[in-house]
Amino acid sequence: MNEQAATDPPVIEISQLSTRFGEHVVHARLDLVVHRAEIFALVGGSGSGKSTLLREIILLQQPESGSIKVLGVDLENISDTAALALRQRWGVMFQSGGLFGSLTIKENVGLPLREHTGLSDKLIDEIASWKLAMTGLEPAVGAQYPAELSGGMMKRASLARALALDPELLFLDEPTAGLDPESADEIDQLIRKLRDLFGLSIVLITHDLDLLWQVTDRIAVLADGKVQGLGSMAELAGNDHPAIRKYFDGPRGRAAQAQSRMT
Amino acid sequence: MPPRLASLGHATATAFEQGVALLAFIGECSFALAGWFAHPASIRGRPILYNIRRAGFDALPIVGLLAFLLGIVVAYQGADQLRQYGANIFVADLVGLSMLREFAPLITAIIVAGRSGSAYAAQIGTMAVTEEIDAMRTIGIPPLDLLVLPKIIALLIALPLLTVFADLLGVLGGMLMARAQLAVSYVEFLDRFVKTVSVTAFLIGIGKAPVFAAIIVTVGCFEGFRTHGGADSVGRQTTRSVVQAIFLVIVADALFSVAFSALDL
Repeated sequence: MNEQAATDPPVIEISQLSTRFGEHVVHARLDLVVHRAEIFALVGGSGSGKSTLLREIILLQQPESGSIKVLGVDLENISDTAALALRQRWGVMFQSGGLFGSLTIKENVGLPLREHTGLSDKLIDEIASWKLAMTGLEPAVGAQYPAELSGGMMKRASLARALALDPELLFLDEPTAGLDPESADEIDQLIRKLRDLFGLSIVLITHDLDLLWQVTDRIAVLADGKVQGLGSMAELAGNDHPAIRKYFDGPRGRAAQAQSRMT
Repeated sequence: MPPRLASLGHATATAFEQGVALLAFIGECSFALAGWFAHPASIRGRPILYNIRRAGFDALPIVGLLAFLLGIVVAYQGADQLRQYGANIFVADLVGLSMLREFAPLITAIIVAGRSGSAYAAQIGTMAVTEEIDAMRTIGIPPLDLLVLPKIIALLIALPLLTVFADLLGVLGGMLMARAQLAVSYVEFLDRFVKTVSVTAFLIGIGKAPVFAAIIVTVGCFEGFRTHGGADSVGRQTTRSVVQAIFLVIVADALFSVAFSALDL
């Protein structure tokens, strides 16, 4: 058993994945593996297919061919019951939050519990409050509606909801986009804390260079339908592919790199 | 002229694609609805009641007022013709049959399509843009269960009831106008009304309402789910939903007329 733990099966295993929108090829026989308890980033320019890839992994879209295995389950021809069970093992934080406007923040966070567990309302309420506190939100926020929140609070609330069912795997779509530098730093720390404390595997999409340098373990750079580079930022620094150079050359790339050396 | 031919082909292909998508959506909804009735425990009661209130109860004033005015208009237009022949009392036939069989169900459906059909498309479209629909799927709540089925059931209940209300106020409007223009007293009017307007006429009118309800909800929700991109798309889909719903309601009404005339009803 111990030996097996050392060679833990990957949380996500993608092989020979192809996706097309009409004539436009998004993924061309793409391969990718994400390991347990790592913070993994998908990066790439607009239209490089990283959002589509994420949507395919979380069962919102189907690839044309190839296989995706998440937590050991093959997503191809998955039954409704198996899909429901799998969805309860991961949490997703959407770029715009995806919080339900008709529910309060606390109701939003408690919704997955209300849907999938037989817990009492009181207990659900307590768990929701705890998740909100975990993501650094004040208790008073729970009674507010999503429209009343700032962008940063919305992301935190959305993260709290993604964590409601204690998932093994967390997907974050642009967790720091549209945030002020301070909130972005706090989100960075929160992501790392979640992995360190709970052993979560985290897959994120981002353009945030600071997040990439400070938090992520491995990065996959998507371009032309394939993974062009894979590894930590330091490893990628030596890669010559033009899609990867964009993250190192230019004033922003150099500043983030210098910053990471200091810390 | 190749560009014109190309755009004709393009328009045809788009219309065909939309028709196929609508059929697929109707299929999905029917399947989900059948699933609900197979497992009654999974039926979501609260959204159904909420939708009955929003689409039904809240629409009472506007539906009532417009049906009342329509009754007045019908009686007024008939008054001149009937007076020429001294057939004043037949205003009860005119108002009763036209309101109960045609105008009340139609005006109710058109108002509800404008009021609620647009709201359905706007609500679902906005949720699609803000990723709420995706979030719902990832949480494991089928969007159809929460957003479409309660609306279908609610409107199937609410629209026939609204139609009865419109029947009542439409006839009331005609009755007032009959007394003012044709000197037909309320008692005479009602006496004649009871004699000539059969229960069949009433049932024919009410019977159309569930069909109109299904059209309004299906089209409204379908257009909402087809929203992609930004906020401008929500507006576009909302407009489309209203135009299409009203168009289809009138087409369905015409088909009903053809069917009823074939059946001699």
